[in-house]
Amino acid sequence: LSSGSEVSLSHSNMSESAKPHHPSPQGKGEKSHGGDFSYVGIDAILEQMRRKAMKQGFELNLMVVGQSGLGKSTLMNTLFKSKVSRNKSVQSNPEERIPKTVEIKSISHDIEEKGVRMKLTVIDTPGFGDQINNENCWQPIMKFINDQYEAYLQEEININRKKRIPDSRVHCCIYFIPPTGHCLRPLDVEFMRRLSKVVNIVPVIAKADTLTLEERDSFKQTIREELRANGIDVYPQKEFDEDAEDRMINDKIREMIPFAVVGSDQEYQVNGKRLLGRKTKWGTIEVENIAHCEFAYLRDLLIRTHMQNIKDITGSIHYETYRVRRLNESNGHLESLLGSLPVKRATVFW
Amino acid sequence: MASSDVARQLDKGARPLSLAGHVGFDSLPDQLVNKSISQGFCFNILCIGETGIGKSTLMDTLFNTNFENFESSHFEPQVKLRAQTYDLQESNVRLRLTVVNTVGFGDQMNKQESYQPVVDYIDKQFETYLQEELKIKRSLHNYHDSRVHACLYFISPSGHSLKSLDLVTMKKLDSKVNIIPVIAKADTISKSELHKFKIKIMSELVSNGVQIYQFPLDDETVAKVNTTMNGHLPFAVVGSTEEVCVGNKMVKARQYPWGVVQVENEHHCDFVKLREMLICVNMEDLREQTHTRHYELYRRCKLEEMGFKDTDPECKPVSLQQTYEVKRQEFLAELQKREDEMRQVFVQRVKEKEAELKEAERQLQGRFEQLKSRHAEEKAALEEKKRLLDNDLTSFGNRKTAAALLQPPGFTVNGKKDKDRKNSGFM
Repeated sequence: LSSGSEVSLSHSNMSESAKPHHPSPQGKGEKSHGGDFSYVGIDAILEQMRRKAMKQGFELNLMVVGQSGLGKSTLMNTLFKSKVSRNKSVQSNPEERIPKTVEIKSISHDIEEKGVRMKLTVIDTPGFGDQINNENCWQPIMKFINDQYEAYLQEEININRKKRIPDSRVHCCIYFIPPTGHCLRPLDVEFMRRLSKVVNIVPVIAKADTLTLEERDSFKQTIREELRANGIDVYPQKEFDEDAEDRMINDKIREMIPFAVVGSDQEYQVNGKRLLGRKTKWGTIEVENIAHCEFAYLRDLLIRTHMQNIKDITGSIHYETYRVRRLNESNGHLESLLGSLPVKRATVFW
Repeated sequence: MASSDVARQLDKGARPLSLAGHVGFDSLPDQLVNKSISQGFCFNILCIGETGIGKSTLMDTLFNTNFENFESSHFEPQVKLRAQTYDLQESNVRLRLTVVNTVGFGDQMNKQESYQPVVDYIDKQFETYLQEELKIKRSLHNYHDSRVHACLYFISPSGHSLKSLDLVTMKKLDSKVNIIPVIAKADTISKSELHKFKIKIMSELVSNGVQIYQFPLDDETVAKVNTTMNGHLPFAVVGSTEEVCVGNKMVKARQYPWGVVQVENEHHCDFVKLREMLICVNMEDLREQTHTRHYELYRRCKLEEMGFKDTDPECKPVSLQQTYEVKRQEFLAELQKREDEMRQVFVQRVKEKEAELKEAERQLQGRFEQLKSRHAEEKAALEEKKRLLDNDLTSFGNRKTAAALLQPPGFTVNGKKDKDRKNSGFM
């Protein structure tokens, strides 16, 4: 019989292991092989989970925050290789309208890749940081995020609740730092300080093609120090590392944030290949080339490796924190609610 | 991918969009699976069947291990449940398996209450989960899910029909757990009898409205095999952990003088089908049905029982845990009030009794006084009489003395006195 994994049993007194079995995965209705009688099929559950996930599809809600003109829409389009955000420049209105307050605009798309379906919602925040007086410009954003938690909570505590609670909670907020090259501005610090407590924040240096590599590195260093000094925990947060392996991976990421990104939805011919880039008189910046900018790292973090983790942290930590706070504070309003409830004596339960 | 699935996902404002290149979120299912691997899985099986029908042996055979089990006696006064948890691992998948066996099922003379401990156990697991879900500070992702995901109901291989105990029990359980009926010790039934038996069982279940677990048909990758398997229910199984040499292989089998029943031979019994359906194909669906259907039903009933309604959008959400607390306080306050009332009534009665007794005491006292005064009166009267008599006596004495003085000497009132006078030298 081939060597490989075994079905092993561990229980308080017993540690018998069964005979080795053929490691090929089951599922998809295939029958087990004739001679491999020790195979149970527990690992087929992975395939079952995958099938279920594919059938259900995924949801992702990304918020982009930053002053107008920093390339937020372009970056979203680059990330998802499609027009998920509409640029302001294509608006029919000749003068770019700057909103008087921060607006929250949410657009959803159904995208699909290799059989995996995702409902992607991009939440734009036009008007952020654009006014003369920007005090409290974070408030509408905070309110929006909390409103999503509230909606989820309401559905969760319903008696008749949906099979799958629709998830509109903001999973990740990408904060665009203008490439001044100096340090964080008070607006940046204030925003990130407040919002890192309720949502995963991924800060990026926008339009990074205006910085040389040295300027970029020193800028990042300064930003990291300022974040640390202000007690701002951006994603991936140190306290949520699950094990040593996690910590190792995340430490590497933490040494690189904020990612210096360049976005583009235009393709150019470079060295015989068609690549996404920005063409200037002095050269073409390749967006997906890590020697040019860190877009690829951002994409990998957000989409290819940590997407599930981002959603988990939103669900099991940020949402739970909100829920605890909310349930504790609604205590005082119970009396008015209880007036409508009949007191049933029979099965009061504790 | 069925179009209905896509339709389900779309809602207002979600436009389908095509991607110009490879984005990379197709790794999402892998990310999800990796997370599950590191967390591990939970699966809980409940086996209901009479003592000695082969529940433990079947579990051993299914999971290819030797679970700690011992034979139970047939003299249990009541049905009990015994749950044991094991950590199994196959390749990189860790499974926390809990096997719950009934002990003493079907052994009692009076089996009317036999189903109750099973129902209670299942409800208790739902209750524990509900409690955790309603807590303010909760840790659901760390929670060891003990809810019963699959219930294997072992039918005796009588060859005729279901017993009434079977029907009653399954009817009570069908809305609480996924029931998979199996015919135990199927090597005692011949093939033709088995076919008839299966048809009879299924028709009895249908006519009694028992809803057993149907393998799901909505996913087209497994719909075909599940449909076929649904037609083979209930599975006729044989369990064995002993190995017998057949041909040149060692197979799990039961050896009889007339032949060898091979457990994993699909011509001999449906064991492979059961393992396939229960573990390889539908384990995740069993878990999901338990959570989204049976648990939700329990939760809804429980909350409605408590008198909760869904709040309308204006009201703030209520922490159900908090409301339990408040209701409990209310209930205790009610109890307290009733206790106080009772105490008051008691005190009242005591007072009344006391008053009565005082009254009685007073009366007695009165009587006593009365008697005493009467006694004093009588005594006074008697004293008076005595005095009068004394007076009489005295006056009589006086008269007598006076009379004696008036008598001449010698003439005595009585001779004795004269003589005495003479003798005393008088005169």
